[in-house]
Amino acid sequence: MKRTLEGIEEQFEMLQILNENGEVVNEEALPDLSDEELKELMHRMVYTRILDQRSIALNRQGRLGFYAPTAGQEASQLGTHFALEKEDFILPGYRDVPQLIWHGLPLYQAFLFSRGHFHGNQFPEGVNALSPQIIIGAQYTQAAGVALGMKRRGKKSVAITYTGDGGTSQGDFYEGMNFAGAYDAPAIFIVQNNQFAISVPREKQTKAKTLAQKAVAVGIPGVVVDGMDVLAVYAATKEARERAINGEGPTLIETLTYRYGPHTMAGDDPTRYRTEDMNSEWEKQDPLVRFRKYLEAKGLWSEEEENKVIDQAKEEIKAAIKDADNYPKMKVSDLINNMYEVLPSNLEEQLEVYKEKESK
Amino acid sequence: MAQMTMIQAITDALRTELKNDENVMIFGEDVGKNGGVFRATEGLQAEFGEDRVFDTPLAESAIGGMAVGLAIEGFRPVPEIQFFGFVYEVMDAISGQLARLRYRSGGTQSAPVTIRAPFGGGVHTPELHADSLEGLMAQQPGLKVVIPSNPYDAKGLLISAIRDNDPVIYLEHMKLYRSFREEVPEEEYTVELGKAAVKREGTDVTLIAYGAMVQASLKAAEELEKNNVSAEVIDLRTVSPIDLDTVLASVKKTGRVVVVQEAQRQAGIAAHLISEIQERAILHLEAPVMRVAAPDTVFAFSQAEEVWLPNHNDIVEKANEVINF
Repeated sequence: MKRTLEGIEEQFEMLQILNENGEVVNEEALPDLSDEELKELMHRMVYTRILDQRSIALNRQGRLGFYAPTAGQEASQLGTHFALEKEDFILPGYRDVPQLIWHGLPLYQAFLFSRGHFHGNQFPEGVNALSPQIIIGAQYTQAAGVALGMKRRGKKSVAITYTGDGGTSQGDFYEGMNFAGAYDAPAIFIVQNNQFAISVPREKQTKAKTLAQKAVAVGIPGVVVDGMDVLAVYAATKEARERAINGEGPTLIETLTYRYGPHTMAGDDPTRYRTEDMNSEWEKQDPLVRFRKYLEAKGLWSEEEENKVIDQAKEEIKAAIKDADNYPKMKVSDLINNMYEVLPSNLEEQLEVYKEKESK
Repeated sequence: MAQMTMIQAITDALRTELKNDENVMIFGEDVGKNGGVFRATEGLQAEFGEDRVFDTPLAESAIGGMAVGLAIEGFRPVPEIQFFGFVYEVMDAISGQLARLRYRSGGTQSAPVTIRAPFGGGVHTPELHADSLEGLMAQQPGLKVVIPSNPYDAKGLLISAIRDNDPVIYLEHMKLYRSFREEVPEEEYTVELGKAAVKREGTDVTLIAYGAMVQASLKAAEELEKNNVSAEVIDLRTVSPIDLDTVLASVKKTGRVVVVQEAQRQAGIAAHLISEIQERAILHLEAPVMRVAAPDTVFAFSQAEEVWLPNHNDIVEKANEVINF
């Protein structure tokens, strides 16, 4: 008998609803969103694009710290998030700050996270999320735990977690999905396949033709979606959420996307591993451009409206940076105090030393 | 009161906390129907149900990661790592995640997780089952590391560990599981974390140990007594953080100290403790503080295990060296 993957990989055809011209190509899959919701989705994407541009500029001026650019990935990030409810729990990777902001994290705290201040991670009550994970894959196993906990508590909510194409090579990627699958836990695993793990291209991560097909080994559904099409991303996530809260277990969603900028602002030079041609191919598929065209054709969006969002974003960013500037500087003694609930004697001694140093 | 082995005392503590707090959850490889490879969770799944005591797929990293997630959802997970030599598979979940959750979140989250695992030599295991890796854990801020030496402490310390709102690594020496019984109250009680115990009072030399080396040190103290040497024996019980008050009080009394660990000599608990002693009590010392430890190799293959492991004769020898300095 000939061993073959035929028939398996074909199941992972890309879900697309809007093509790059903003035309509906899959009427059947069109999600049931009101005009207001559609406009809100556009609002968020425009806002997030401006936030990215301002963050890069602020970083270059030395006014932000660690920053991982998001432009190009708005549909993947905000489309998945738009399918969530407030009580759902987000376990983000380090590029997934926009989802946190739209889940309720105040902007000035996102800036403080970037600047390396712990207050950036002191999420307000009701912002159901962890701070961005630095270790690639750790959030996948944690998502299984959050989801199992929700199930045990009888909650009708989900845990959603994000990684990238590189993250799918980690053992934790498989382990997290496998645990969630074994317990039918309400988890959604998102892979934002932006084609490069820093510089290593997607084809070098695995022989598998899609990343979504890795779900097969775990026994859960896997879906490939056009990650530049916010409606397709939303529809796939919405369906996964419904399955999860109905007790049908987790789903893996691979979104095909692209980051326009560098990996992070800490010296990555994408010209070493990407070509101009490749960049412009992907830019033609821009998630904002195609969704704008779709909304304009429906008479739901105009340049005026877009400019209003841009002005609002700029103003709020300015105010948030001011709030971040005014926030008291972090102290080593703050960190010592957050190591344990009750300080052991070694840290008590060290706390005194640092309080003394910091009082000068 | 009942006579219990250490493994029975551990099961008793787990049962006590499963009863006390509905958020306590036990999981790991073979801990359900099978009751654990050492029977530490014997009968608990039948008594408390599969939602609270359950088997996991075979993957240590996800066992640790799942504990983080369950803690976020307000549970009090007590996962088992089947043998502590497998900890390398779950290092990120422990040191990269659990230990940092409170710190990372600026005190808005905590990880009340107790990871239990067997370790320790003398039972002829295959490789990567018996290694003493407490030093590795003790180097990680944010964790507490507890090692009981007897059934009574095992129960009281485990109850304290589970109730603690920070992550605790609770290490169970395999040689002690069934080596002796002692009276253990059937009702609940706690033994405070971070507090050492003076197991035997003495005036000439202090022997400081933990885990199986406490029994070896007590045996050494008996030998020493035959030669009119009065040895004080301290059981650290918690190796991170260390109870320096109890240690220093004894050092000031005897002026002579031997620190005993089953782990290899390099770095480790004994090295750290000796630094603290000499920084804080050098003028009370009559001799250098010495160590009894295994050689600086990884844990011996089982044919050489008996020689590799420190024993009471090594302790007597080192104590005499310190006394005759």
